[in-house]
Amino acid sequence: MSTSSSAPASSTPARDGLGKVALIAIAVGVLAFAVLPLLVPTYQVSILTEILIFAVLAMAVDILAGYTGRTPLCHGAIFGVATYVVVYWSQQGGAPVTGLLLGVAAATLVGAIFGLLAIRTSGVYFLLLTLALGMIVWGVCLRWTSVTGGENGLRGSVRPEMLAGHMPFYYAVFAVVGLITFIMWRFVRSPFGLTLRGIRDSESRMRALGYNVSLHLFLAFTISGFFAGLAGALYAMFNDFVSPSTVALSQSVEGLLMAITGGIGTLFGAFIGAAAIIGLENFVSQYTERWPTVLGLMFILIMIFAPQGVIGRVRDLVRRR
Amino acid sequence: MTDLLHLEGICVQFGGLKAVDDVTIRVPRGERRAIIGPNGAGKTTLFNAITGMVRATSGRVMFDGRDVTRMPVHARAAIGMSRTFQITNLFPNLTVAENMRLALRGLSPRKFSLLGGGSLTAEEHARADKALGVSRLHARRDVVVKEMSYGEQRQLELAMALVAQPKLLLLDEPAAGLSPSERVIVSDIIRALPRDLTLVLIEHDMDLVLSLVDYVTCLNNGKMLVEAPPAEIRTNTLVQDVYLGKARHHA
Repeated sequence: MSTSSSAPASSTPARDGLGKVALIAIAVGVLAFAVLPLLVPTYQVSILTEILIFAVLAMAVDILAGYTGRTPLCHGAIFGVATYVVVYWSQQGGAPVTGLLLGVAAATLVGAIFGLLAIRTSGVYFLLLTLALGMIVWGVCLRWTSVTGGENGLRGSVRPEMLAGHMPFYYAVFAVVGLITFIMWRFVRSPFGLTLRGIRDSESRMRALGYNVSLHLFLAFTISGFFAGLAGALYAMFNDFVSPSTVALSQSVEGLLMAITGGIGTLFGAFIGAAAIIGLENFVSQYTERWPTVLGLMFILIMIFAPQGVIGRVRDLVRRR
Repeated sequence: MTDLLHLEGICVQFGGLKAVDDVTIRVPRGERRAIIGPNGAGKTTLFNAITGMVRATSGRVMFDGRDVTRMPVHARAAIGMSRTFQITNLFPNLTVAENMRLALRGLSPRKFSLLGGGSLTAEEHARADKALGVSRLHARRDVVVKEMSYGEQRQLELAMALVAQPKLLLLDEPAAGLSPSERVIVSDIIRALPRDLTLVLIEHDMDLVLSLVDYVTCLNNGKMLVEAPPAEIRTNTLVQDVYLGKARHHA
């Protein structure tokens, strides 16, 4: 008990120091994404656009995997539902704005349905159940040829005239992703976000405190689906094309791996994870067709040397000093 | 309606095992009641039937004049039941303040605030301070729970159960695994609780419990053995038998 008086005093400066480091890191990150497109060739601007879009998907995964303690393997499918709806709508000649709204709504609905089915499970069962649910979406997109175009996919023209160029589109995405990130950051720090972290640590205690754990899990899943849908709608604008590979398992895995690489439960780690994986994919595939092997090796190294992801590792190092 | 908690013929059966067998207990408002008994007597199972963690196979749980037998755990908490756990059950990755905030918010609609700030209202702050003060943790607010000593974690269990301002406080072996000096702290905390709070306490350490409560129920093999005030429990031969083994004749 003798140390009790000094404990708060010693933990406060550490937290301030971390806050300062985090603020600087965020400022550098924002600056990098703002300035880089001006310095790199057109092709790489589209890679940067992709990184921003997939960071949103990874953050949506992180809401469940990092903050709620439930690791989902269906977010690629939820993301892709939005993409399909948006592209389909534009192909049918609908207004893009309506299409985007419908796409996000469809993804949120799918998220809610998946949530209802999945929240009763946890751990590896949750992982497997969400995997199976995602595979259903993939199966439907592959087989329902009259609507989805089957393996050929769908081509639309979602992007409005004024965003046709790479640069204007990039900065539009930059602004939208900035806003989404801010909202998600507020969300994970809200009372509801704290509730999710409580559920991650102890469900039985949360129940004893009067929390309807199932309801909170359902809401978390639905909200996470909503954000994945936002990413999917942006991706539809970016790609103007969708095929079953957009809703495939590999997409879900990639979203999860981005969240893990950046650091689970850190939210902003999603940007580092997305940049690392998409960057590496594009860089390595220039030299070898075996980029999945390189990617695999990278994950093994991360799991050994930074199991809490890049941000988790850096945070540890900062704290230790 | 003077009984806050009324258990009517509670049975809890797991397969072929009757863990709790026809237990009827009435706890009047404001009483401090202990449920004692040797290991395996069914104390914790009975506790779980009261709080809703397991459902009674038969019998009724009446709380505050309502039948709560089929009510889920969180709904029972919402009408004023609060408990601690025998095996420490906290949020280890969160700070003491965050643990308290979750305990406070459990019964408030603000837990659904998606974008609001996390700060407490002045009234909530005062309640958290008071509960931490009673549990002697006021100086540990910013410590992450997993970095605290076991004794302090037990104190936090109490603080979190108290801050919800329950009608009924259920303590499941609050002193389990504590050193003698830590036990003194915990029993002092319990003694200092408001006198009008109804308390049900499980403990198999008789010395600790008999000095704290008004009335004692002793269970053995899932069945009621004796109900009596602490002074009679001390001298009751049935209780001595289950705790110490039967005295042999002409020993």
